[in-house]
Amino acid sequence: MNQPVARPKSMGVVELRIPSKAEWVAVARLAVAAVANRLNFSIEDIEDVKLAVAEACTNCIQHAHGSDQIEITCETEPEMLTVRVRDYGHGTRPEAISSRRIDEPRVGGLGVFLIRSLMDSVDYDVHPDRGTNLVMTKNVTS
Amino acid sequence: MDIKVNVREAQGDSYVVDLNGEIDVYTSPKVKDAIGDLIDKGHYNLVINLEKVRYIDSTGLGVLIGGLKRVREHGGTVNLVCTNPQIKKIFDITGLVKIFGIYDDEDAAMKALV
Repeated sequence: MNQPVARPKSMGVVELRIPSKAEWVAVARLAVAAVANRLNFSIEDIEDVKLAVAEACTNCIQHAHGSDQIEITCETEPEMLTVRVRDYGHGTRPEAISSRRIDEPRVGGLGVFLIRSLMDSVDYDVHPDRGTNLVMTKNVTS
Repeated sequence: MDIKVNVREAQGDSYVVDLNGEIDVYTSPKVKDAIGDLIDKGHYNLVINLEKVRYIDSTGLGVLIGGLKRVREHGGTVNLVCTNPQIKKIFDITGLVKIFGIYDDEDAAMKALV
């Protein structure tokens, strides 16, 4: 009989809620960077997480209408950080979170590409009426 | 969090835009305005110095791309000075290294304008 695989214990959950305004994005990215700093991430990996969180919050601000708050939840495990970025806006179109790389100079659309490039897993749940729920993880690499 | 922007005239008709701080969704309009003002005044050869920029996100990249598009319409170009490894990495993974001239110092970026 197979033994169930033990999931590492959570080291704790940190929750943050910011106004859905540009001036608060720096607070979110710095707070999550401080959380990542509690794990054994390299400085480079912490910078990756910081940018991914900022891009996620920026997407909420630019594409979600009617949501005045962004919820950021960090779940810490010894070897992994999971960050959830949630808004309750409406009107976000799936193409707003489409990912692209630069092939020709064009303004906009790089945020999701950066998130997918910098994090180890990214799961976007976009609903036109219920808002957007982004869950992304970063593994601690030795 | 803020961005300091300093614009100075350089050789020929070129201009240098010195940026100091963090470029994100909140601060990037200030950078956009500075670059836009130069272009509106007919200056199409620009060096944007990112040596003192500690952080840039996609909105900051968008401002640089927008500036490059506008000056190219007039036969000009935008060269960047960038030494921060994390920021270089962002230019690399987005493919922007193929679009911008990115240099380690201002002299090299200026020479490449000519």
